[in-house]
Parts: sequence; structure tokens; C-alpha cells
Amino acid sequence: MRERVAIAGLGYTAFTSVSPGSSYRELTYEAAVKAYEEAGIEPKDVDSFVCTSEDMLEGYSISDEYCNDQLGAVLKPAQTIPGDFLHSLAVGVMHILTEQFDIVVVQALSKASNMKTIPDLLNFAFDPVLNRPLDVTAYALAGLEMNRFLTDGRATREQCAAVVVKNKANALKNPLAGYGASISIEHVLESEPVAEPVRLLDIAPYADGAVVMVLCSEKLAPSLTDKPVWITGIGWSTDSPTIESRDWSGAVAVRLAGDMAYRMAGITCPAREIDLAEVNDEISFKELQHLEALRLFEPGQAGRATEDGQTSPGGALPVNVSGGGLGVGHLFECSGAQKVLELVLQLRGEAGSRQVPGAGVGLAQAWRGIPTTSAAVAILSA
Amino acid sequence: MELEKFELGATPLKESAIKDGSVLTLHKKPNLRYAWDNGVAIGRYLTELKEGRIIARKCNKCRRIMIPPRMFCELCWRPTDEWVYVRDTGTVNTFSICYVNWDASRIKEGEKPHIPAVIEIDGASPGMGILHVLGEVEPDKVKIGMKVRAVWKKPEEREGSITDILYFKPARG
Amino acid sequence: MAYQRVAIVGAGITKFVRRAQETGKELAAQASKMALESCGMTMKDIECVSLGTAPDAFDGVHMKGEYLSDGSGGWRKPYMRQFVGGGTGVFAPVHGWYHVASGMFDTCLVVCSEKMSSCHPHPQGAFKTIFDHTTEQPLNPTLIWIFALEMNRFMSTYGITKEEIALVSVKNKKNAMDHPAAQLPMEITVEDVMNSETLAWPVNRLDISPASDGAAAIVLASEHVAKRITDKPVWIDGVGWNLDSAYWATRDLYYPRYVEKAARMAYKMAGITEPQREIEIAEPYDPFDYKELHHMEGLLLADRGKAVEMLLDGKTQRDGDRPMCPSGGALGVGNPIAATGLMKIIEIFLQLRGEAGKRQVPGNPKCGLAQAWGDLMQVGTVVVMRI
Repeated sequence: MRERVAIAGLGYTAFTSVSPGSSYRELTYEAAVKAYEEAGIEPKDVDSFVCTSEDMLEGYSISDEYCNDQLGAVLKPAQTIPGDFLHSLAVGVMHILTEQFDIVVVQALSKASNMKTIPDLLNFAFDPVLNRPLDVTAYALAGLEMNRFLTDGRATREQCAAVVVKNKANALKNPLAGYGASISIEHVLESEPVAEPVRLLDIAPYADGAVVMVLCSEKLAPSLTDKPVWITGIGWSTDSPTIESRDWSGAVAVRLAGDMAYRMAGITCPAREIDLAEVNDEISFKELQHLEALRLFEPGQAGRATEDGQTSPGGALPVNVSGGGLGVGHLFECSGAQKVLELVLQLRGEAGSRQVPGAGVGLAQAWRGIPTTSAAVAILSA
Repeated sequence: MELEKFELGATPLKESAIKDGSVLTLHKKPNLRYAWDNGVAIGRYLTELKEGRIIARKCNKCRRIMIPPRMFCELCWRPTDEWVYVRDTGTVNTFSICYVNWDASRIKEGEKPHIPAVIEIDGASPGMGILHVLGEVEPDKVKIGMKVRAVWKKPEEREGSITDILYFKPARG
Repeated sequence: MAYQRVAIVGAGITKFVRRAQETGKELAAQASKMALESCGMTMKDIECVSLGTAPDAFDGVHMKGEYLSDGSGGWRKPYMRQFVGGGTGVFAPVHGWYHVASGMFDTCLVVCSEKMSSCHPHPQGAFKTIFDHTTEQPLNPTLIWIFALEMNRFMSTYGITKEEIALVSVKNKKNAMDHPAAQLPMEITVEDVMNSETLAWPVNRLDISPASDGAAAIVLASEHVAKRITDKPVWIDGVGWNLDSAYWATRDLYYPRYVEKAARMAYKMAGITEPQREIEIAEPYDPFDYKELHHMEGLLLADRGKAVEMLLDGKTQRDGDRPMCPSGGALGVGNPIAATGLMKIIEIFLQLRGEAGKRQVPGNPKCGLAQAWGDLMQVGTVVVMRI
């Protein structure tokens, strides 16, 4: 039996549409102070630091330069991962499993409000020769995928809208969330068309925020925390990056990442063994697609389950109790961090009015967003 | 394995092949714009530059007076404690005489070379330097250890930027 | 030792050229294919893939790691990009090391690909945005500034001359004459370096490595797999990395403390107590000629201020007592940033196996080191290898 890795300290800011009072450094500092305080450590106790950054999201080339001062990581082993926070979390897990590291700090940050040309930025991720010259919005890609998803009979348009209604309602109970609202399916269906069938309210709005977590080895966990949350499984995968050759309906990378995480956690029947899930819902239908790729629902069943309230708080499998991307906000590389954060709070029984009773095993899933096919999954248990 | 026994990839391409169109290329200028939140420390720093002053931040634990200012001490890992005005004079820690622009193009014929320098600011802790440029000095007269003084833009032209200091010039002569 | 021991079992590299016809994806695929062929493996045998590549601004693609994934063999595999700026190339095997050492995987393909020529008019332009956006970028800095500032500080601290430093460039460009991937193999003199165009005094054109396109790849395997694949596995016995503050103007540039910290971390893991005696051959990162000396000191392979004496005594020549950059280094083979670091790893791999051909150093070295550096003179990455 392999050693388990614990999350022993948690630090975070609120997730807000803007954060003009803090620089990117000050935002991470705020989260780091809380995380270290909770674990009762100082930066000098940390063996390595794993930050999450992507040059053009930060507005820097070689953005790893600016990752360490605000973590207290000067003259320490520090690196960045241009991926989602869950990728960085996987690095932290691997570090500790080598038994060369006892304490690892993992960080992610979103300063989405500082990016003034997000549509152009997303377009800049397209293949420069084959796709970019067509000058279509990145959301058109979501439209293509959603259309395929609906046409294949995997869900109805209303069921996708029900995801938005649920997640924004969930966010009303999350004091960290920026986009809680009480809306109806009609609100979603009648919102401004962006790239049909995708409408404005189907898209997670952008948010700022920072998350820092302290990971430690199993033997050290009792000295750092009374309420360890264990990372029992982690997986990541990438499907084809080219638009011309990808699978449009199946979210293959999510399935592969999930399978890897399940294998490591010894989970054979996810639908029965997972108590709650925080999955990527950057576009409404993605929540349904991802739930099915993760084998939490049979293909074509996640939409109906959502309509029936099975994924609502109090349902058989609460999904995105935090509000998800639609309710908390899309945090770019910090998205997966918000999901892990929610699971840790739930598994510790600290989720307040949105606490899921008896939450024992949770799943967090991230997707790197349009136009990528990269995904990562973590399984956490109390 | 020996590298010599393999046929190595990569086909060299001459610039002329692009110019004469025998190899096709696509151009795209990215439209990437950012408006970075300055936050507390740098926000105040810029506000003070607009007023013709340089401000630093002090950590009462290591007693460093830090410039550019920061709200946390990255070495002691604690919030910094107080604002401290420092002087607009300093010492050249190191310098270069630079004949190329930021995009690697050569400076224009007759244009004076740029003289970037790390300047240790008087009033800040020893070794606390900032990047700036030197002016009103012949390149061959610049020395490490030279005392310099800021030359400011006119008050009405200042905009709250590091360029509100036009350059540093020798403090004497 | 609780981790799985990790070996390099195969390697591949493309030629380093100023401008390649191939895309970054295609370069990555060429290097990967060669790496797999060199050890008789196929993608089916590879359990995970690690990518190293420098700033996205070079290729002009946002999320470059995603774009390069298929060319790097990442399709439907656990694929992850790591990033430590210019240190990325030597960090790539470190990233692969903990994939395998952790026990999560038994094989890992490590790929580094760089296509700098896509950036117009010159890749140097991409470097402006490495400086602090508020306190430094308004001054229109170029990357050469920081090298020049650091070189000046290094020279003036120890009283070293430009002529002495130029010998590094002469040595490395000559070494590159024997490297089949080399972009700038040359027989030049100190005078040639001194008379080349001054870019940013004290840096002249021939003090600098070129901008390049190219890729490199290696295959890592756990101990039990490695022994099945080859009778000459080269073991990654120590890894280290370290990042200093981004407030670079507030520290003394004459000595790279972060390189020393990274080296000490790797030495501790490898059980090395006397690096000057135990490290028989090294590939310190040499994007500029003075950096080789600067890094030898940071790596504790020379006493402070004394690296230049080893150079002048001929000890760092290929047939010297302590060969440095026998490949030809970034100065001679070329500098497609991330691929350069991995090229250095590959050189030590070949040297320890006695397969470096005309570049082979005498004396059957058993222990070597590769190192890279980057960011705002801030990051050091070190790998210690043994056969």
C-alpha cells in the first residue's frame, strides 16, 4: 500500500469579479498566510513549492519568475506548472511519494480581471496556421461541441440550462462565490446568444482569487492537522490538441484522467463510491458531459439526473455544491483549486449552510478550457 | 548509441526562402492587453513618484528598508511595518553600455547608447537597488560605485510611472 | 532510499538551427522518435510524457504545452508541461524523475522543443515581458541588459578581464565542431570575440549563444525496466532546483546563490560530499561565456573567483582534468532554450556511456552533471548522473 498524501493547510481569498485592492503578489500572500497558519508551519519548513501559471494569463513571459516571493519561497525549490491547479497538485503528490519531500506547498491564482482581451487571448491558443486565420471566437468551439452533444441525444437544451440554474443557486450559499443568483431555465434560454446553442448564461463568468494548500506525508500529517483530508487518487490526461482530429462528444481526456485516479484510489464503482463531485462547468453542458465521462452517470443520463434534482444538494450525488464555475466564477488555472477547496471544506464538515451530510469521498475535476483537451481528476477522502 | 549514427532531424531554412515566398508564412500580431492591479505597495510607490518622491517599506524584524516597496517581507515572511521616504540619489552597483533596443534591433546611427544600471538608493538598505538608466554622462566615464541623482520629469508631465524619473545623472559634475 | 531509482535509457536530438522548416510539434516528434528508437521502445511502452518548452511568446501560441502535446507523444497519456524559464531544459528530467521515482510510473518520455524563430522580428523581443510590468518594462529593457549587468559585476568583483572570459566562447565553439547537431561550430580566437560587435558592453556578439530552433528527448525508466532495456543505464542520482527572489536588483549579482542551493540539494541526494573531486565532467549552462565560469563557482566545481584559473590552465578543455561543456554548449551547439538543457543531459549520458564519438573525454568518467539557469538571474536546475 502506497503512502497517502494529506492536505494539511488551506488558504484562500474570496472569488470576486475584480480585485483592484490587491496586486497578484498580495492576493497570493493573503492565501499563503492563511494556509501556513492553519498548518502551523513557516515557509522554511517547506521542502518544495509548486505554483500554477501560464505566461499569457499572467501577462508575463517566464511567469515562474514571479511565483515565489509572496509564498516565502525565496531560495527554495520552486517551480511552476503551466496547467490547472490539479496538475500542480499531482506534482505535489509525486514529490511526497518519492519520500524526499515531507511538506509541499501548491498554489494557483487568477487575475482574470487584469486580462483585457480575453477573446483574443483564447483565439491565440488555436493552431496558428489551420484555425486562427478563420478568426472565430473561441466560444464557437464550445458551440460546436454542445451542438454535437445535444444532437447525439445526450441531453436536452433545458437540461443544460438546469445546470446553470442549480449552480447559481448553490453559489448563493457560498460566501466565497461571486455569481450566485436565483434564476430560471427561461432566463438561461432567453439570454443573449453567443455561439448557438451556447448562450451568455451558459458560460461561466470570470473571477479573481488565489488558493494555497499545504500538502504533507502521511507520517507528518498528525503533527500538522487534526482534520487531514487525504488525496487518495490523482490522474491527468490530454486528448488530441487539433480540432480536426478530436472526439467531439466524449471528453476522452476526462475519462482517462478519471480512470487513472480511480485506479490509484481503488475505486471500482464511482457512481456508488463518490459522495460529492466538483466538476468543470465552464460551459453548462460540460458539467453533464464530464459527469458521464467520469462514469458517475451512464451516457445520456446526467441531464435527466440534473432535472430530477439528483445532482442538487440533498440529491444522490451533489455536484458543484460550491456553485461551480457558473456560480463562483471561472478562475482559469485556479479553477481546479476552487474545486479542491470546496471538497476539503465539505470533507472536514466546515461547509456551513451548504454542508453535504456524511460527505466521505469527493471528486474534483478540471479541464483546461477552450480549446484544450487536457483534464485532471483528484479523489479526496476524509 | 552515438549521435553520428543517426540522421538528425530539423531542416535549416534561410531567411531568403521566406522573403522570396518559396516558403509560405503567416503573420499575426497578438492583441494581448493587460491592466495590472498595482495593489497597495506599488500603488503607493507610483503615487509618490508622481509627486517627485521615492518611497520604500520597512520590515521591523530584519530592519531592511525595501525598494520597490512591498507589503510583505519575502525573507522574514511577515507583513512589513512602515512607509519610509528614501532619497532620490544613489550609487551605481553595476551598469552596461547598450547598443541594441529591446527588440534586438541596433540603435540608430548617431543615437547615444543606453546605459542601464542597478542603482542602490540612498536611504534604503545597503544592496537595495532598482533598475534604471543613466543620462548626462559619457559612457566611458561611468564607473561602478559612482554617485548619481535622479532627473525628474516636470511635475505636470508626471503620470505615476517609473519613467517619471527620466534617468539618473552623476551627482557631481 | 524509498524511491524508485530512475535511469536514462534512450536519447534523441534534432539539429539545432537558426530557423527550422519544421514546426515545434514536428521537431518534438523527430527528437522523440529518435529517443525511442535508440532504446528499442515504442510509444506503447511509454506510460507518461513530460514536456519542457520556454516562453509561449516564442512560438506565438497561448498554452503552448497544449499545442505541442501531440508532437510530444502526449496523446491520451498523462502529459504535463513544467516550467522554470531558462532552467526548464535540465528541469525536464527532474520532472520526469519524480514521475518515475514516486512509483506512479515506470517509464516516462521527456521532451523539450523550442521554436524561437517564429517570433518576429527577433526572439529577443519576447524577453521584454520577463521584466516587472510596472517597475521595469516602461524602461524598455532587453534581456542582454541583465547579462551585461551581471557580467560587469562578476568581472569587477574578481578583477577578471573580457579577454579571459572570451576563452570560454573560443573553447565551446571549437568543441561544437565535433557535435553533429551544432549550429555554430567555429574555430575562433579571443581577438575575434573582442572585435565582434558590442551589443551591450561588456557583452559582444561572440560572447552570446545564438537563437535557435531544435528539440531533444530522453526516455526514463525505473530500475527494473531499465535493466531490461539496456546494459548501460545512466542513473539520475541527484536532482536539485532553486529559485531566488524576483527582486533581482536587490541582490548581489556576482554569485549565483540559487545555483549553489540547487547543487547542494542534488549533491545531498547523490551522496556527493566533494564535488570538485567527484564530479568528473560537467555541462554548466553557457548562454553567455561568463556564465560557464559563474556557474562552475555556484556548482562548487570551482572556488569563488577561481573558475577563470581552471579555464586559463586548460583544465576545462575536453582533454583537461575537469572538462566543461564538452558538447560545445549553448555557445557552440546552439541555444533553443529548453532543448539546450536537455542536450546537455544527453551529452553527459553519452559521455558516461563512452558513446560521445569524437567528443569523448578521456578517462572513462563515471559521474557527471548538467545544469541550467534562467529567469531574472534567479533559477538553478541541476542533475547529477552516474553510470
